[in-house]
Amino acid sequence: MTTFLLRRLALILPTLFFVSLLVFGLQQLLPGDAAVALAGEDRDPTVIAFLRQKYHLEEPLPVRYLLWARGVLSGDLGESIRIKRPVRDLVLEKLPVTAELAALAIVIALSIGLPMGILAAVMNNSALDYAATMTALWGRSIPNFWLGILLILLFSVHWGLLPASGFVSPAESLSRNLATLIMPAFVLGNGIAAVLMRHTRSAMLEVLSADYVRTARAKGLSEMRVVLHHALRNALLPVITLGALEFGELLSGAVLTEQIFTIPGFGKLIVDAVFNRDYAVVQGVVLCTALAFILLNLFADVGYALVNPRLRR
Amino acid sequence: MQHWGCTEASGKQGEIGMTRWWRQIAAGCLIAAASILWMGAGAAQTLRIGLAEDPDALDPTVARTFVGRIVFASLCDKLFDIGPELEIVPQLATGWEWTDGNKGLIIKVRPGVKFQDGEPLNAAAVKFSLERHLTMPGSNRKAEISAVTKVEVIDDHTVKLALSAPFAPLLAQLTDRAGMVLSPKAAQAAGENFGSHPVCAGPFKFVERVAQDRIVLERFADYWDKDKIKLDRIVFLTIPDSTVRLANLRSGGLDMIERTAATDLGTVRQDPRLKLASITGLGYNGITVNVANGERAKTSLGQDARVRQALELSIDRAALNQVVFNGEYQPGNQWVAPSNPYYIKEFPVPGRDVGKAKTLLAAAGVAKPVIELMAVNNPEALQTAQVVQAMASESGFDIRIKATEFASSLQLASKGDFEAYSIGWSGRTDPDGNIYNFVACKAPPGLNPGRYCNQDVDRELDAARSVATPDERLAAYRNVAEHTLSDLPIIYLYHQKWLWAFSNKLTGFSPLPDGLIRPQGLQLQ
Repeated sequence: MTTFLLRRLALILPTLFFVSLLVFGLQQLLPGDAAVALAGEDRDPTVIAFLRQKYHLEEPLPVRYLLWARGVLSGDLGESIRIKRPVRDLVLEKLPVTAELAALAIVIALSIGLPMGILAAVMNNSALDYAATMTALWGRSIPNFWLGILLILLFSVHWGLLPASGFVSPAESLSRNLATLIMPAFVLGNGIAAVLMRHTRSAMLEVLSADYVRTARAKGLSEMRVVLHHALRNALLPVITLGALEFGELLSGAVLTEQIFTIPGFGKLIVDAVFNRDYAVVQGVVLCTALAFILLNLFADVGYALVNPRLRR
Repeated sequence: MQHWGCTEASGKQGEIGMTRWWRQIAAGCLIAAASILWMGAGAAQTLRIGLAEDPDALDPTVARTFVGRIVFASLCDKLFDIGPELEIVPQLATGWEWTDGNKGLIIKVRPGVKFQDGEPLNAAAVKFSLERHLTMPGSNRKAEISAVTKVEVIDDHTVKLALSAPFAPLLAQLTDRAGMVLSPKAAQAAGENFGSHPVCAGPFKFVERVAQDRIVLERFADYWDKDKIKLDRIVFLTIPDSTVRLANLRSGGLDMIERTAATDLGTVRQDPRLKLASITGLGYNGITVNVANGERAKTSLGQDARVRQALELSIDRAALNQVVFNGEYQPGNQWVAPSNPYYIKEFPVPGRDVGKAKTLLAAAGVAKPVIELMAVNNPEALQTAQVVQAMASESGFDIRIKATEFASSLQLASKGDFEAYSIGWSGRTDPDGNIYNFVACKAPPGLNPGRYCNQDVDRELDAARSVATPDERLAAYRNVAEHTLSDLPIIYLYHQKWLWAFSNKLTGFSPLPDGLIRPQGLQLQ
């Protein structure tokens, strides 16, 4: 287990290096001139020249990469050209918002997807199974932006129960924080719940027909114990991986949902940065989300080992 | 109502008998209760305004966005402001006088004004601010007031600006960010980071900013004109999606929204809790033609004014306005709207005339001109391009639309990699700001991507800058129009209207053509 962990940890730095190279290179494919995009409507040539010089936009690509990498190694992710703030501060400001939204979405997804998946497998080919499958299909097919606007119209405009958009920090007010996050978290969790349900169902069906489950039943164990203790534990392996991947994806910013509900997280940050050619922000956010993604995969592997002791060897 | 909903649901769960569902219902009740608390928290004299974009740095010297100007209207007073008829009215100044054959401008500074940090606002502070705008690297104000060569303090409340040449638009420039006076003490202490905590002499002082979320301002107790300020706080919230912005207004989460979508006006008008205000803006939208910028200018459209005139005659601007904007905008054919005092009435909006367009094309020897029209890939710009395409096809034009992302379109335009470009301009108070840099030979290339150049036009544009009276300027602009509306380097199509929707509890809002939201007189009932 320790060797496995060390080996995985050692892979983090080269992976991040590769990701940073990729992001830096891909950004150069973006059409448009960052200095022109940022010089404002007047496009004053002196301002454009100043921006090019200040942010090294005319240096060769390798030089710009090295300048940026040197900053990153000393903890400086650069400065947002658009709002003139350090990228590190922006990342630290947005990360908790996106992480909270992602965590809440995963909680909602798990609390819908897992029970539905288990019930659908246990009551295979029953009306409940079909209903769960239909619900999953609905959950996965429905576009986030449509569901988001529908929820806003129902819960905010017509019933006046929840704020239509915005974000309140939990430090300021936990109740208002939950009120602002519940709709976007449901929109995100709804789609993930559908996938989780389908994976849990198929994994459970496979495990429930395994020999050791038949043996457990033959020993006279209760159906509840067979399902939850013996079958679910093994069936959870692919679900953990999926959950970790979905959570990682959410951390990179739920672009559409954050836009609709005006949640000031990574999604909004990166969209604005791409449209304004704010390269330092794009690089900083992608680097941080890549790191989060790698770490989450590592946690998923550790979770695998904990759930299935055979993998610890 | 909320309590009853919870009770009914709880009963159903009891039948199923699963405790997890009980917990979910309880959580639902808690969230609903929380939401009620949340709704109540937004009351009092706090005005919540929904902005369509996130402002850039709140530093008047480097700021460049329109939404930033909306925030500045509450944060930073200017030397001058504009009135309903675009007339110049004093704000931090009390008067002005042109001297030295219009090469000098004496400004009287209002006495007894304090900055939000308690420092006095005087002639030295005005000099500091203007010199900062002129000299700070990356200043977006430098080009606006580049005619100023020297700022001299005459006495504690008088400054004199020396100009390199007469420049009539200077006063209008000082009604915007170039005229904002910053606290020298705060600006010197903050340096480049002044935008993170701006200190000016406006009615509200800066409290906090959460990027891409909110900007909070609080009433400045020592404001020089405090009797006109009724609000305690203003919170600007960035909500880019117009549907969501309106949903927030309808649900009571906002008190006012700017740039309401034309397609949403029906909803606003039908809602008795909402009011609508509108005014024609200062800007325009049109088609810029590449007439002299590289190889792609060598088209029949770029080289022959008759083809451009035929294209203009193919377009029914009123129909375009009806189809794309529900008739809410104002059709136009000049760089200022027909309601503007500098509109040349002698050249009204031409009607559609397909027969004459075909005749012009025949005279030019091109029966079926093929044109690539670059349009920014947003719904309004694309729909405009499609309507132009359909109308022009009846005269024989074959228009091919190239939908392009905004930043990319700017780069392609600056390189001359376009034939026709559907683009707009947000507009300036003085007509010079809408025409000079777009058609003058010696203008910076950024705003004249088609490289139109006509010495006669330049001469008249310079004349309009050097004379001070409106009548003299109007005469010069008449001569500009005579050339440019015949050469048609830009085919002007329409002028946007500023559309605000707001709660019927808000009173005292007076729209002005610059589209800003001035807090003076605003009150929540």
